[in-house]
Amino acid sequence: MTERMDRRFAALAEEGRPALVTYFMGGDPDFAASLEIMKALPAAGSDVIELGAPFSDPMADGPSIQAAGQRALKSGQTLAKTLEIVREFRKDDNDTPIVIMGYYNPIYIYGVDRFLTDALAAGLDGLIIVDLPPEMDDELCLPALEKGINFIRLATPTTDDRRLPAVLNNTSGFVYYVSMTGITGSALPDTDKVGDAVRRIKRHTQLPVCVGFGVKTGEQARAIGATADGVVVGTAIVNAIAGSLDDQDRATGGSVQAVTDLVRSLADGVRAARLAAAE
Amino acid sequence: MNQSIQPNSFRAGPDEDGRFGIFGGRFVAETLMPLILDLQEAWAFAKSDPEYKREVENLNTHYTGRPSPLYFAERLTEELGGAKIYFKRDELNHTGSHKINNCLGQILLAKRMGKTRIIAETGAGQHGVATATVAARFGLPCVVYMGATDVERQAPNVFRMKLLGAEVIPVEAGNGTLKDAMNEALRDWVTNVENTYYLIGTAAGPHPYPEMVRDLQSVIGREAREQIMEAEGRLPDLLVAAVGGGSNAIGLFHPFLDDKQVAIVGVEAGGKGLDTDEHCASLTAGSPGVLHGNRTYLLQDADGQIEEGHSISAGLDYPGIGPEHSWLKDMGRVEYVPIMDDEALAAFQRLTRVEGIIPALEPSHALAEVIKRAPQMDRDQIIVMNLCGRGDKDVFTAARHLGIEL
Repeated sequence: MTERMDRRFAALAEEGRPALVTYFMGGDPDFAASLEIMKALPAAGSDVIELGAPFSDPMADGPSIQAAGQRALKSGQTLAKTLEIVREFRKDDNDTPIVIMGYYNPIYIYGVDRFLTDALAAGLDGLIIVDLPPEMDDELCLPALEKGINFIRLATPTTDDRRLPAVLNNTSGFVYYVSMTGITGSALPDTDKVGDAVRRIKRHTQLPVCVGFGVKTGEQARAIGATADGVVVGTAIVNAIAGSLDDQDRATGGSVQAVTDLVRSLADGVRAARLAAAE
Repeated sequence: MNQSIQPNSFRAGPDEDGRFGIFGGRFVAETLMPLILDLQEAWAFAKSDPEYKREVENLNTHYTGRPSPLYFAERLTEELGGAKIYFKRDELNHTGSHKINNCLGQILLAKRMGKTRIIAETGAGQHGVATATVAARFGLPCVVYMGATDVERQAPNVFRMKLLGAEVIPVEAGNGTLKDAMNEALRDWVTNVENTYYLIGTAAGPHPYPEMVRDLQSVIGREAREQIMEAEGRLPDLLVAAVGGGSNAIGLFHPFLDDKQVAIVGVEAGGKGLDTDEHCASLTAGSPGVLHGNRTYLLQDADGQIEEGHSISAGLDYPGIGPEHSWLKDMGRVEYVPIMDDEALAAFQRLTRVEGIIPALEPSHALAEVIKRAPQMDRDQIIVMNLCGRGDKDVFTAARHLGIEL
């Protein structure tokens, strides 16, 4: 297994704070601008990067991430170019873990073996593939683990105690708890409920549990981070990018800063999380 | 003919993971997985429950009007001068197509599972109308997702659904056609997991849908088998049906799959030609991929992005196909061929004039293939074609293509 992920979470545990996991769409609004955004993330306070790989039919995504994927595809983004973003990023940063998040078909068409080989060479640390539940582990999860790439699974409110062991089996890196049933970008649910769910999952696993879906502000990041090992923010970042584009969906001088401003406030949130919890 | 090893039976699939060879499966988000497993369990129980079978049969008889006739098309046969042509007349069903067969079976299942809200996707609107109909019949609220483009070109069906009390939500994403409607229905389902039943209209999607829809539609083939034995004393030489997602076709084909003497042809939408981008021939011109919960033949680009299909018929306008058809193609048991928009439109007009039956544009594709093949066959040979929908919904589209203003 690549070591960046485990190293990063171990360091954060030492520091006594949750991770800030940031999602954005590779190729949104174009290859160069998204690479620039990605390069600015660690300094703004992102601990783990989720790099979205666009798909024409994103069944689990809300309108914001759907639109980001459409912008990326329109600008010519492909899975090969998404790996190219990883490769370029790694030239300057060999510590920040990178996870590609997307759907299975582009990987299936690229060829599973070829993809895993290229991804490892590019410096990728993990995969989150929305439409591959444990029942489909033979497809990509097991080959990825064999190659040394983490396979991060989603656990949801519908994943009951009976099913959790199956979901956690063959999961590595961290567990991504989707805080509600629904698509990306919906409203944040009750943080008490999220805390209960995180504790429930932690009874079944030693892995860090990161929580996503619905976190938009530093304050929410702080609240979720009080119990979770990491807070995932996606739609809010994608919206910040969208809001910075010109009327033809091109990046502007303010695009990178729109993201880093938001990420800084989220980073402040996760840094305050455990202090607040201890009070 | 494919070189694959032939199975003992073509009717045994899918396996317990929902696979037909490499096709099918359960490629869904974790949120949906427990629901899919619940559904599988409920379906496994229902299909072996005599009470469920009785309920379905009772509604088929008294609500839908089954069995649908097997009609000998005497004048068309005479005109083509070859094989005897029979139509399985599922266009005479209540709501005007085969879609009702599946909807009744699934809504009975939804009731058993205690679900209180029905959602569906629709392309041409036939499945939407059938779903809205059974939802009205069973007093359940119903939301139908329909691509915005389809809402526009199928206005009469949109009005029908609304009359039946359904909420029709136009989907603007993508090209606003069937695949986009299906994405949106999946998003609804993933959000409203507690109370909602997703009534999929075709023999595609994650396991157990392809199996369940096939089993419910197989009433078509079972009846046709009995009826042709009664009429001719033997099985037909050829079966022909149109394939979009493939539910009417698998319904006719499945009971005949192990009858080696019966040749079987599925007809895809060739649109404006396979050498253009405007077609929906996923089996003839696509490649295997993963979409909407199953692995199957898809129209896609080199990066695995799904392409939009085109057909004169909104019901065939889907870039995928039920996984069992993909397997039957690879096994060489069923031959799949394309028919172009203009051929379908010509067949539509011909049947109307020769037999006094206005077919839907979907089975008009199957009919165009029958018109090609019948003259090549002997007069004592028999073709059975699934006339799966009536053409009332298509008169506006047909008029436009024929340059007539209504």
